[in-house]
Amino acid sequence: MASEQDALTASGYIKHHLQNLTYGKLPDGNWGIAHGAEEAKQMGFWAIHLDTMFFSITLGLLFIITFRMAARRATAGVPGAWQNFVEWVIDFIESLVQDGFSGKNKLIGPLALTLFVWILLQNLMDLVPVDWVPHLAAMMGIPYLKIVPSTDPNATFGLSLSVFALVLFYSIKIKGIGGFAGELSLQPFSPNNIALKILFIPVNFLLEFVNLVAKPVSHSLRLFGNLYAGEMIFILIAIMYSAHISLGIFGGFLQLGWAIFHVLIVLLQAFIFAVLTIVYLDMAHQHH
Amino acid sequence: MNINLTLIGQSIAFIFFVWFCLKFIWPPVFNALEQRRKTIADGLAAGEEGVKKLEDAKQRYDELVNEGKEKVAEIISQGQKRHDEIVEEAKENAKEEAERIIASAHAEIEQEKRQARDALREKVAILVITGAEQILQREVDQKTHQEVLDKVSASL
Repeated sequence: MASEQDALTASGYIKHHLQNLTYGKLPDGNWGIAHGAEEAKQMGFWAIHLDTMFFSITLGLLFIITFRMAARRATAGVPGAWQNFVEWVIDFIESLVQDGFSGKNKLIGPLALTLFVWILLQNLMDLVPVDWVPHLAAMMGIPYLKIVPSTDPNATFGLSLSVFALVLFYSIKIKGIGGFAGELSLQPFSPNNIALKILFIPVNFLLEFVNLVAKPVSHSLRLFGNLYAGEMIFILIAIMYSAHISLGIFGGFLQLGWAIFHVLIVLLQAFIFAVLTIVYLDMAHQHH
Repeated sequence: MNINLTLIGQSIAFIFFVWFCLKFIWPPVFNALEQRRKTIADGLAAGEEGVKKLEDAKQRYDELVNEGKEKVAEIISQGQKRHDEIVEEAKENAKEEAERIIASAHAEIEQEKRQARDALREKVAILVITGAEQILQREVDQKTHQEVLDKVSASL
């Protein structure tokens, strides 16, 4: 499962499990896969996590292909089992949008649906025992593999920054640049005196700007942090297997218990991400 | 835990998936849902209307039955009346006929009585004259007493 020196110690095992399969420019000037965390770090921005991309795109394709199957055969008549499930999910998302979104925008429903199902699928990869897929990959000569895309901050920031871009886009589209700037600089302190008002603009802007920027950061870090912590606990439990037979059996029970508990987190985080997206976009659509 | 190109790759993948969902998944399923909702609502409305129509039909049926019953009763009473009238008429006719027959019988009897009386009177006159002739044969000359005899015969 790991290159020899990594597998020897517990910390090496953990580090190995937290290392993405990174493709980028190696120190010797060639392009290739990084061997270890140091090399990956030196690649800087112009590198890509092949495992994150592969699993997230595979899961995304799984989502759109299976849902498209139901959508293509969607009829108003008696639905089949799969169509029924898809309808249930879409109805659920639609009710969330109805409750949380006051404006009118055809993008919100599909956006929330994609986020919810895609993140849910990504999170569910966390329930696959931590060594199975990386071990298989190691046999095929792939040195590192992280199968849970949502434990990679690149993935979660990719989602939250896309949502943030939509928030900025709709804020400016609905309120105009002036309206959006006003929202950022004339709140929360809005004295009636003009001079005071001008005086308060930098203060307001500081507060509102932090508020604005905190949204995508907290949005993605919440998902990343929860899944990363969950993954870490699975890795720690997995270390017990190599210790002793009795500790290994105990670890087995622990893993089962944590997996059952983790299902809640998996669902909840996907749900929270979708709901927050709806809420942020709703705020972007509101006039003050 | 390095931020790198994966971020942009993820964003592109995400935008593609959202676009695909917006174009090919959400609308057909959502339309199917809406259509089914509408079908069910229509069905329920139709059911309600059906129940109402059934009630109306029942009421109409009751009305028709009542009307029919009334008509039948009327017709029966009319028939009864007509029957009574016919019987009455027949009785009347029979009575009249009977009276007429009786009257004509009476008239016939009267006439026959008169004829008989006339005939009898003539015969009595002849008998009287014959008797008187025989009695008066000798004393009365038929020719001379013809006038008297005629008078007697006429007054009888």
